[in-house]
Amino acid sequence: MNKFLWPLAGFIILAVFLRIGLDLNPHEVPSPFIGKPAPEFSLPVLGTPGEALDKHFSPRDMRGKVWLLNVWSSWCVSCRAEHPFLVRLAKEGKLPIVGFNYKEVRGDTEIDASKLGAEAERELVQKRARAWLAQRGDPYQLTVLDIDGRVAIDYGVYGVPETYLIDREGIIRVKHIGPLTEDALREKIMPLLEQETRGKP
Amino acid sequence: MIPELGQFALILALAVALVQGALPLAGVQRGNAAWIALAWPAVRAQAFLLTFSFCCLTWAFIDNDFSVVYTASHSNSQLPLPYRIAAVWGGHEGSLLLWALLLSWWSFAVSLFSRQLPETMTARVLGILGLVSVGFLVFILMTSNPFERQLPGLPEGNDLNPLLQDPGLVIHPPLLYMGYVGFSIAYAFAIAALLSGQLDAAWARWSRPWTMVAWIFLTLGIAMGSWWAYYELGWGGWWFWDPVENASFMPWLIGTALIHSLAVTEKRGSFKNWTVMLAIGAFSLSLLGTFLVRSGVLTSVHAFATDPKRGVYILAFLVAVIGSSLLLFAWRAPKVGLGGRFALLSRESLLLTNNVMLAVVCATVLIGTLSPLIASALGKKLSVGAPYFNTVFGALMVPVVFLIGVGPFARWKEASLAGLARLLRWPFFVAVLAAILLPLSLDHWSPLIALGLALAFWIALTATLNFIARVRATRAGRPFLSTLFKQPGAFWGMHLAHLGIAVFIVGVTMVKGYETEKDVKMGPGDTVEVGGYQFGFLGVRETNGPNYLALIGDVEVTKNGKPYRRMTPEKRIYNASGMPMTETAIDSGFLRDLYISLGEPIDRENLNGEWAVRVYHKPFVGWIWIGCLLMALGGLVSICDRRYRVRANAVVITPSATQPAQSA
Repeated sequence: MNKFLWPLAGFIILAVFLRIGLDLNPHEVPSPFIGKPAPEFSLPVLGTPGEALDKHFSPRDMRGKVWLLNVWSSWCVSCRAEHPFLVRLAKEGKLPIVGFNYKEVRGDTEIDASKLGAEAERELVQKRARAWLAQRGDPYQLTVLDIDGRVAIDYGVYGVPETYLIDREGIIRVKHIGPLTEDALREKIMPLLEQETRGKP
Repeated sequence: MIPELGQFALILALAVALVQGALPLAGVQRGNAAWIALAWPAVRAQAFLLTFSFCCLTWAFIDNDFSVVYTASHSNSQLPLPYRIAAVWGGHEGSLLLWALLLSWWSFAVSLFSRQLPETMTARVLGILGLVSVGFLVFILMTSNPFERQLPGLPEGNDLNPLLQDPGLVIHPPLLYMGYVGFSIAYAFAIAALLSGQLDAAWARWSRPWTMVAWIFLTLGIAMGSWWAYYELGWGGWWFWDPVENASFMPWLIGTALIHSLAVTEKRGSFKNWTVMLAIGAFSLSLLGTFLVRSGVLTSVHAFATDPKRGVYILAFLVAVIGSSLLLFAWRAPKVGLGGRFALLSRESLLLTNNVMLAVVCATVLIGTLSPLIASALGKKLSVGAPYFNTVFGALMVPVVFLIGVGPFARWKEASLAGLARLLRWPFFVAVLAAILLPLSLDHWSPLIALGLALAFWIALTATLNFIARVRATRAGRPFLSTLFKQPGAFWGMHLAHLGIAVFIVGVTMVKGYETEKDVKMGPGDTVEVGGYQFGFLGVRETNGPNYLALIGDVEVTKNGKPYRRMTPEKRIYNASGMPMTETAIDSGFLRDLYISLGEPIDRENLNGEWAVRVYHKPFVGWIWIGCLLMALGGLVSICDRRYRVRANAVVITPSATQPAQSA
């Protein structure tokens, strides 16, 4: 073979990979949780200032409803971008959204959480989460606090924000990684939602 | 109305580009002089139309015309005027238009300054540039029209990404694009030469200054981007091996190899195929960079809004441009002669080694950048981070940098190993010894610090020695200094650029080896000591900027109890987007930077309480960018060399260029 063909051959291989790469969304990791029941948990619900964290929420409480579980943190930049859309979505009132506050203090690289006591961390988590919602609007029916991120492991959360669509039987139908957008809602979530509502008389 | 005029001009520009891309090339092939002659007016018309179109888009930004979708999503009436203008290239559509505009200006410059070239050669070059322009204009018009309207218009725009609201980012993209687009000239010259079959010294001489100018812009563009990342992102780093940074760095590496290779081809007629390959490679990598940034196949902090249609188009364009060039190369290259012979040890062989090494370095960067993509195409997940790049890049660059010291002493054709060793053993020992001893007098000693310093001293010493030897040889009784300044620009340029690398290495080595960083919680009255300076935190106050709210931290810096200065890191919240931004406070010095970045308040409701603050002492960090400036300056000095200015009467124009390509 003409040795001057090698660069061309190399480039063709590269182009094939680039073509395959175009169809892959780098954000998308096939989640083994899709089609499986949403892992059970019981986490404290964010309340008004002064209120103790004694109310708990569990996905079981949402049985019979199609709902979104939205993972967020105030330190997450993409969550800021996503938030106005969630607020609008909540105003439409089609889909209840439950906020899942993920490692509010521990995940923030600008704070050394190891120096805080457990109690101080709980306090700070609530303060920061409340301040965020007060400032930007609260699209959530309620917000649960996963202070140490243990429940998030069960859900396979690896980046914030992430959003899960959970159906009436408590099955995870969609996992969306990255900020939720108009397009993602229309293409991934609405079809399933319509299917669900049609399914029920 | 004005946006419609802009769009109309864009469509006309496409029509003109089609003419420019088709007729002159066909004319050369068929010997039709009228078609050939069309290249010049077509280039002028295209440059005019695209300039007009770009001005129309700029006007939409100045005028806050939010009925234009692109303006509405990248600007805001509160945005200060200079940033409104910079916002023109703050998004995908506008930056593509800038690409096309710069390409038309480069083409125009080629048509102006190539009078002494054979007409057919210039016509081919301009024709190829016209084809590249067609590709970009079709892309803009089909997938990324910046003039698209939405009626009724919005009352207010979305604002420019606050990260981009910064003087550094105003000039970073144009500089970078000047570099990318500039390589299209080297590429067009190479393809034209392949078409004509005339890969000779004259071809190398013509494309050398153009390539050098592109390389200078790219160097400055990358340095500017790195400097921006350093002061704006607030992480204290200056290079992150992010896919988009790599996308600009790969053409730079190949471009660096290309300017060296062109020198050999011009002087000795060797490496012709290799030089052509590098010219194709530098431009291909510029296009690949565009693909990686625009298509969203790789995730990156730079990610622009992505659209699968765009990705498919750019890939098709990439395949058409690179594929056809490589095919032409495979067809033509076997017929190209080898040129001047050279011995195993000669300046040619050293330059070739350096070239191959740079290409290998570029390949490792390419593999590192694309491997996550390739892995996911094969159904796996993989991420390649800075440790891979730092290790592989560092290890491969050591021999390259070592050769910088040897190359200028080696003779063309054949050099003597014993002679080189005799000349260079003293600078070698002095560099190594100084590099081992110097860090002992500093904070601590490590082998990497010694290695970095040894390489830097090595370059500096050999360059000095080379200057002395050169002046002695050419002095002929004249005073030393005047002979020194009479050395040709190419000689000065080479050593300035090489010294730039030495300065750069000192910066990287010192900041890696000796930087200190403290991440602390500070309330008013707290003090922290970093690098011999005491930083006293006074508290945070609020002020309003033109389009943001700022929280300004006051930090009083003292050294040994004596007041030094006050530094004011900021946290800004932009009104339109609500995005918070960190504005670092930097005290830049020749030998060190002090760098403060204000984090978050520990308690969001009490802004007068404690804040997370990051304080760095970064020795010699400024040398990183001074080094890059020196490299660019070296390039500039070398193209001011006399022989490029007097070439009009020096170059013998080869007559056979007008013959059809098949006969060559």
